[in-house]
Amino acid sequence: MHSEFLMGNAAIALGAIAAGVDLVAGYPGTPSTETLENTAKYKPEGLYVEWSVNEKSAMEVAAGAAYAGARTMVTMKQVGLNVASDPLMSLEYIGVKGGMVIMVADDPGPISSQTEQDTRHFAYFSKLPCFDPTSVQEAYDMIQDAFAYSEEYGTPVFFRPTTRICHAYASINIKDADEYKKNSPEGFIKDSKRWVIFPRLSNANHKKIEARNEQLKDVFSAYPRNTILNGDADKGAADTASADQSGTAQKKGIAAGGISFALAMEALHGRTDARVLKVATPHPFPEKLAVEFLTGLDEVLCLEELDPVIERELTYICGKYGLNVKIRGKLTHDTANAGENSLDLVKQYVYSFLAEPKNVSDSSSQAANEAPEPPAIPIRPPVLCAGCPHRASFYAVKVAMRRQKTIFCGDIGCYTLGNAMPLDMCDTCLCMGAGINIAQGVYRIEPDTKAFAFVGDSTFFASAITGIINAVYNQAEMTVCILDNSTTAMTGHQPHPGTGRTMMGEVVAKVSIEAVLRGIGLEFVETVDPLDLEKAVDTVKRAQEIPGVKAIIFKSPCVAITKPKGKAAIDPEKCIGCRKCIREIGCPGIVINDGFVCIDDSLCTGCGLCAQICPVGAIGGEVHD
Amino acid sequence: MIKNIVLCGVGGQGTVLASKLLAAAAMEKGFEVMSAETIGMAQRGGNVFSNIRISDGEAMYAPMIGTGEADLILAFEPGEAVRMLPFLKEDGFVITNTRAVKPTTATLTGSGYDAGPMLEYLQKRVADGHLMQVDGDSAAAALGNPRVLNVVLLGAAVRTGALGLTEDDILRVMGKVIKEKFLDLNRKAFALA
Repeated sequence: MHSEFLMGNAAIALGAIAAGVDLVAGYPGTPSTETLENTAKYKPEGLYVEWSVNEKSAMEVAAGAAYAGARTMVTMKQVGLNVASDPLMSLEYIGVKGGMVIMVADDPGPISSQTEQDTRHFAYFSKLPCFDPTSVQEAYDMIQDAFAYSEEYGTPVFFRPTTRICHAYASINIKDADEYKKNSPEGFIKDSKRWVIFPRLSNANHKKIEARNEQLKDVFSAYPRNTILNGDADKGAADTASADQSGTAQKKGIAAGGISFALAMEALHGRTDARVLKVATPHPFPEKLAVEFLTGLDEVLCLEELDPVIERELTYICGKYGLNVKIRGKLTHDTANAGENSLDLVKQYVYSFLAEPKNVSDSSSQAANEAPEPPAIPIRPPVLCAGCPHRASFYAVKVAMRRQKTIFCGDIGCYTLGNAMPLDMCDTCLCMGAGINIAQGVYRIEPDTKAFAFVGDSTFFASAITGIINAVYNQAEMTVCILDNSTTAMTGHQPHPGTGRTMMGEVVAKVSIEAVLRGIGLEFVETVDPLDLEKAVDTVKRAQEIPGVKAIIFKSPCVAITKPKGKAAIDPEKCIGCRKCIREIGCPGIVINDGFVCIDDSLCTGCGLCAQICPVGAIGGEVHD
Repeated sequence: MIKNIVLCGVGGQGTVLASKLLAAAAMEKGFEVMSAETIGMAQRGGNVFSNIRISDGEAMYAPMIGTGEADLILAFEPGEAVRMLPFLKEDGFVITNTRAVKPTTATLTGSGYDAGPMLEYLQKRVADGHLMQVDGDSAAAALGNPRVLNVVLLGAAVRTGALGLTEDDILRVMGKVIKEKFLDLNRKAFALA
């Protein structure tokens, strides 16, 4: 054992390694990404790690390895689980031999996601056990428990941290390498009655799953991470009796899971007038423990993010056991039903529940009332980086298609930021790969619309190819723009099939986007450097003269991982102050100082786009040519 | 006792390294450390913050800080100091960089934004002697590397004494967190402000 300051995701990775994980597969997605990256970083001998092309592939790879007796982990963000749900829902019925942990990071807020969906519901829906850590240390310890339970019960299990666990850091105690568990996977044993899903097998296994989950309710009631804190029951009968006499017996309880448990404990700050139920396994719910917790209470406040999972379980248990306890939370509008729980919010909930209307920060808010109004603080929406080639790609299409009826369907990645003014080049965005098909749908209803779909290189491999085949097969009219910056940029530059590098560090043949498109049957497939504005605009215009499905690959590497080409410079003698550069492309590297348009040297990468836009040729310096 | 620190700035300014140095120094002294970081989409020019909590043994559960609880705010940008000010304790310290980072939206709309009103507001709101304004960008540029801004500001923060950590505590762990070839530069930057 030793102590280290670790990010939650690194702690989960090291916990999995300590549990002897043999294979890790996943697809990048905030806030889950660093988990897989850290398994690769700390990779012990014999561990295989891959970035799969998407979450469905990752889930299936991990399942196959677990069929062969290996311990496997699959990592993704919550919306990634939607992509992997097809194998998941069937795998539930088949089960596994080696321990398999499905690590899905939820994103309350949401901070970096399309949805605030709750993976605990997916656990309920797929009937799989779910582990929900409350701290970085617990994440490290609990993932090892998760592997053990998975293997003991022959089922995949969920491990569901949220952003404030994944991206928190803490000094935690971890095992030394010689304390790691070692596995020797038995290998795949042929047995078609076990591994081939048929209705009869599903029916038989469904009954077993229901029985197992009934059993797990009891097993989890005894799982030490599900626990009652501050209980007066555990002080012994004599104490309880005296507590009754003095009238101080606990009548109120707080039930919490995940980071909300940690926030509740901060809010209680050592006070013991509320009994606390810590829920580590929201599914199957530790029913016996919950009954023990509820017995004798008048009211319970549930603190949890996303959906009211604990609240519904407790409400159900009260009904089932005839307990007259008022369960409060999201369903009773005592707590917010959307968004993250901050410490301030949890304090407010706890203090008002404990009938102590104490202001969270009475002193400072009192001071704030007397203090002057703060000056307007600028809003800082995320924007495409200075020099980002996506800006040039969007601008080229915008210029080429001016005054025509168009729809620009966006997708998931950095290039979603193409929606910001002044580019305003993202009319729709739904989920990974959806833009390709949404463009086709709009075209079907409005055939006179020039339909465009923008998709990144990693997203292309993850989920755009089938959509393009659909367009070709069904004779749609559209232009697919692949914004190829040779990396998975938004999540922190992970490799993908087009990069020629794997997570095991191998250099492999690149999968060619152009060859894939030609293989599908597209005739117009052109690759162009978006930073060559004239040529890029011309390519877009030429594509419009050809019927059917066309593809333009805008190829230029992400500026965050390439050396700057130089710095632009504005000649103050030539600049007429028209600000066309600012109005047209909105690059953060162009600023106004004392009324003059200037280049911010700390941001400019010398992409040269602004120099190609300036009507009087005032922008020069060392720029891309 | 628990020390609560808020680090804030604009994505890309290097707040994460500063929080790692603080954490390493605190752990070396046997303290328990927790922090919460902003990672992901918001990093692209958005406002970012870290919460760091250092405990000498008092029970600590969550990495997040509530309003009115920060012993120190270390701001890499004056507007961001104002944004996070509600988190400051009444007698807390504020170390702020003086250079404003203009968001693209302000440039586009032509709406003015500069450091002056932000710094004036901080002067009115922070207790006497508890506000330190540092021209960290100029200091870092003088060393020939604007990327050491974070360590310049961290030096100023440690010297307030509000963190329960000394200059030596930080210097001792620098070698563990920062690459060898940048070590000398960072030591100089740390001593600067």
